[in-house]
Amino acid sequence: MLLKNSYLVFKKDLSSELRTRYVINSLLMFVLVTISIIRFAIGDERADNEILTGLLWIAVFFTSVSGLSRTFVKEEEKETSVALKLSTGSDSVILGKLIFNMVLTFSLNALILLLFVIITDYQIKNLPGFLIVLVFGNLGLVSASTIIAAIISKANSKGTLYPVLSFPVLLPLLITVINATKLASLGVETDKLFGEIQILISYFIVVTVASLMLFKYVWED
Amino acid sequence: MKSIEIVCDNLSKIYSGKVIFKNLSLKLTTGNSISILGKNGSGKSTLIKILSGIISANKGSITVSEDNIPVPANLCYSRIGLISPYLNLYDELTASENLRFFCGLRNNSNDGMEEKIEFYLNRVKLFDKRNETVKNYSSGMKQKLKLIFAVINQPRILYMDEPSTNLDTEGIDIVYETAEKHKKNGILIVATNDKEDIKLCESSLNIEDYK
Repeated sequence: MLLKNSYLVFKKDLSSELRTRYVINSLLMFVLVTISIIRFAIGDERADNEILTGLLWIAVFFTSVSGLSRTFVKEEEKETSVALKLSTGSDSVILGKLIFNMVLTFSLNALILLLFVIITDYQIKNLPGFLIVLVFGNLGLVSASTIIAAIISKANSKGTLYPVLSFPVLLPLLITVINATKLASLGVETDKLFGEIQILISYFIVVTVASLMLFKYVWED
Repeated sequence: MKSIEIVCDNLSKIYSGKVIFKNLSLKLTTGNSISILGKNGSGKSTLIKILSGIISANKGSITVSEDNIPVPANLCYSRIGLISPYLNLYDELTASENLRFFCGLRNNSNDGMEEKIEFYLNRVKLFDKRNETVKNYSSGMKQKLKLIFAVINQPRILYMDEPSTNLDTEGIDIVYETAEKHKKNGILIVATNDKEDIKLCESSLNIEDYK
């Protein structure tokens, strides 16, 4: 029942989004503007991988921050959350939204990476290691962003509260993931990134479990 | 059919230090109907939200039982229906998609779902508009769709909060007919100040007596 209802929530969010394209369109514009600004700032020069990795994660972080909060905020603003509360348990809702946010984030980040590599001539010397780090970094980012989105959807000043709440929660993840992607892009072998990957996996598991346990209280009041 | 019972024991709700109601106890069984009365802002909707499980009370308990066996919270979804102005369906989905989604969430199996959706859409005369997105509906049509959302699962406890709001006379007749039918095998709880709505119920409770 949990998996079936989570799938239904995910499917509903995906159909709504594909129909309205509210989040997708605004995020695509955000990605294009960010990447263009980076291109204009760098000009014809080739920046170091240390700087480019930082710029890449600025684009990834702010795209996620501006897009992922919409899933819960929309339910509260349009007063559809009551119908959801009357129809299924909180576990299905958080799991469904988490899957939707993952699909959205992975799709957008694939696009960001592609554009970023083309525009900035970003060299990735250890591609498998880089992708592993990117996948686990994104999983943690989505997991933390989703529960924070649920919390701020109840508040009046949603726009301001989201970055304020998400920054301290995401800081350990960002430090680790920026460092690991930088090392992978410079060609450090995957087995030497194992420590960072372990931290990213642990972060994802801890935040997801905490989200599943806490969401009931956020959702019900 | 199993008998159903809802028992509220000493419910209290306080918002930002203001007492909405306190020590409210209530016991209703199959065939009972009650109207909740009180001025605007007195807490009628808050009580409906608490009874239907949307928000929690600060104090007290609510138990729903079937044949004297308490029903776990996760199984209550299929037994509760709510019509209210603060409940909206998804504007960007069609009427059929909305009903399919919520029926799917509430039931283990999809057997007979399409037939039920077709029956209720025909009953409120929305069948021809079933494939239009809800954002194109008038407020009365949305209210009728919300009525289907509330009753399609044949709930044992039906909550109605200002049920005749935004409805034309035909829509009001459908609501009253639904309520009358529902009363025979379930529990009906109506929050209202409308004299016609009050007539639907055999007893009443004034929320202002619990301040």
